[in-house]
Amino acid sequence: MSEYILSVKNVKKNFGGVKALDGVSLDIKRGEIHCLAGENGSGKSTLIKIISGVEPFDAGTIEFDGIKQKKLTPAISIASGIQVIYQDFSIFPNLTVMENLSINNELTCKGALVNWKRMQETAKKALSKINFKVNLKERVEDLSVAEKQLVAISRALLNSAKLIIMDEPTTALTKKEVKKLFTIIKDLQAKGISILFVSHKMDEVFEISERFTILRNGKNVITGNTADLNDKKFTFYMTGREFDDLKTNINYSTSKVVLDVQKLQLNNIFKEISFQLHEGEILGITGLLGSGRTELAETIFGLRTADGGRIFMDGKSLKIRCVEDAIEHKIGYVPEDRLSEGLFLSQSISSNISVCRLKTLSSRAGFYNKNKVNQEVENWIRNLSIATNNALLPVQSLSGGNQQKVLLARWLANNLRVLILNGPTVGVDIGAKYDIHERIRNFAKGGLSLLVISDDIPELFSLCNRIIVMNKGRFTMEVVPAKISEKKLEEISMSE
Amino acid sequence: MNVKNLFKRTETYILIALLLFCFLVQACSGQFFTGNNLVDDARALTILAMFALGEMIVMVSGGIDVSFPAIAALSMYLVSTKMYDFHGNIIIFFLAGALLGFIMGALNGFLIGRFHFIPLIVTLGTSSLYTGIMQGVFASHESVLPQTMLDFGNAKLFSVYNPKSKLNSNMPVSFLFLLALIVLVWFLLRHTKLGRGIYAIGGDMNSARRAGFNVFHIQMFIYCFCGALAGFVGVTRACMMLDCDPTNMVGMDMTCIAACVLGGISLSGGSGTITGTLIGVTFLSIMSNSLILIGVSTYWEKVFTGLIIIIGTGISAYQVTRKNSKTVSNALN
Repeated sequence: MSEYILSVKNVKKNFGGVKALDGVSLDIKRGEIHCLAGENGSGKSTLIKIISGVEPFDAGTIEFDGIKQKKLTPAISIASGIQVIYQDFSIFPNLTVMENLSINNELTCKGALVNWKRMQETAKKALSKINFKVNLKERVEDLSVAEKQLVAISRALLNSAKLIIMDEPTTALTKKEVKKLFTIIKDLQAKGISILFVSHKMDEVFEISERFTILRNGKNVITGNTADLNDKKFTFYMTGREFDDLKTNINYSTSKVVLDVQKLQLNNIFKEISFQLHEGEILGITGLLGSGRTELAETIFGLRTADGGRIFMDGKSLKIRCVEDAIEHKIGYVPEDRLSEGLFLSQSISSNISVCRLKTLSSRAGFYNKNKVNQEVENWIRNLSIATNNALLPVQSLSGGNQQKVLLARWLANNLRVLILNGPTVGVDIGAKYDIHERIRNFAKGGLSLLVISDDIPELFSLCNRIIVMNKGRFTMEVVPAKISEKKLEEISMSE
Repeated sequence: MNVKNLFKRTETYILIALLLFCFLVQACSGQFFTGNNLVDDARALTILAMFALGEMIVMVSGGIDVSFPAIAALSMYLVSTKMYDFHGNIIIFFLAGALLGFIMGALNGFLIGRFHFIPLIVTLGTSSLYTGIMQGVFASHESVLPQTMLDFGNAKLFSVYNPKSKLNSNMPVSFLFLLALIVLVWFLLRHTKLGRGIYAIGGDMNSARRAGFNVFHIQMFIYCFCGALAGFVGVTRACMMLDCDPTNMVGMDMTCIAACVLGGISLSGGSGTITGTLIGVTFLSIMSNSLILIGVSTYWEKVFTGLIIIIGTGISAYQVTRKNSKTVSNALN
């Protein structure tokens, strides 16, 4: 028995002419929780695909439990006790929990027929591994995201797994669910199972892992003990850049009130919401999922119609009944789920930026002025340093951070007064996150008023002049970042 | 399955609507629940139901097939004309039809499975191709059937006489084919790895691949099966009509898809039951047969079919919306 359950040495992989992995090494000890971190495109996913046998590797060696593997296939990898829990969980939404749990196992049994009794036993066995209680007959699409993940974890444990690779497992979970997941991971560790936890979220890496490996551009940056790591080092290893301290909180707020919301109400969702937003101010709103914060933003932006209350801009009462009204009054909104709600992914960067401005960019007869559009789009790409060499490429060719910038550009092109950002850096790399924060501060400097809705307390601390906590449809507290600790605010925002 | 779950399913509502319709026809005409009418209805839905079961399998896998009427027509035409002087067992005729259909279906499966082309486009293309071959290469026209097929078409399981209307109705032997097919498809979908694979790729093709299903093989099987079934049903159709008319199956693709959707088979794949399909087919078929009994002109048939499809699918769409909004309000409380 080797000390290392998995030992990857100097592995190389080329896709076409691109070096995806350029001599990467990774050692995972028996029973440890190891974190693999790196920005998008650093080679994390490629490395997982190679370990799981989905992609062949070009050079280097891989050992499972001290045994050298010349050629890997998914079957060999699974037989050696390696299980991957993919980001999408690899489940069948249309099938029952029972079938989802047992189908892999059933396929390895002989014969062309399925045995429903055996499948039920397999499923029960799988659930007992992590004491997960769920109705076996339930269709998986009716489960919550966290439950779906537990189904995937139970399934992975069936084949006496020795190493479980979790690919960004916390992306779609709420904070509470993340806590539960971490307890399960610790339990698995107690049973002697090693975990490779893939993430780019700093706080998670610190909380769960004992050792870490960071990749950048297909190369190892560092492997070490998490205890020796701190925020600043982590960011530097990830990005290769030094950033100014996170807490550069500058106040550009003036005394002029731009938006005045009075007793806004949406039945069954929130009530008696009142606040004022000043020119150049960055106001943060936080609270649990379901606290009504997203609905509040959507109401101000005209996606929902308020059941009561009033909104004033510059002292004048506004009637916002639809999105057109909000845009007319220079209010912009960047939704939480930019992929499904904000961007036209398969359309060009240029169309995505100019879509809300077609009226002003067109001639009086309604024809679209191509030169004007191109000029404007080029300007924004330069201003926001969107990483692309061709504005006609589809938005989906960009990284998450750059996609977010495209969405920002669309609104800024509109000469806004108020911009509402919902989860502005969800799923964005650290580097891009700093960039976006820097832009947000610049907008405020330019006199734009911003409403930032976020789960990410450090983010709110670094950006906002005031932070409002929302709970069950009401404002419960307003704080100034300088006068409260992050930890305290986190506790408050998470309590029910 | 408890009663509460039953009412979450579209099939239940369609079944209730179907029964109501039957009673309405009975009340208006007094002719619905008579032996000969029921036999006529069973006879009328035989072909449609067999096609629909094939379509259902394709739809569950996340695909769609609009080429089966063309496959059926070409197989039927070739078997009827090229085997005109053949006097062997009737089984040979059916096997020949199924083999021709299998080959045509294999082309669908290959294009869809190997090259990941969109099933609707592929089958639209092959549908046109097969119809073109029938009309261009074989210069198809209405023709007389071989004696063996005529004999089979005239054979009956039993016949029912209605003294009131003085009408006699025969139950064709081919009705047994439908019963056999129901058992076959049920066994395939419920008890074989292949069948569960069809549901799996309809649910999530990537997950299916990772779980170890051979997606290409499954897709090849589905379209070959559907093609072979179409060829077989084409020959059956000719026998039942006692005539080979290469054009009289045109449009059945849409009727079958409508029947499937009505029976709760999801257009995006992954879910659907045999019961649902059969209820859907029965409804559409009985409707077009029975309107005349309640004094509505058959020209109105399409209007009613359209309404049923819109209302029927509307119910399931409404249920999905309601379920989603429930989840949201649960999250808030």
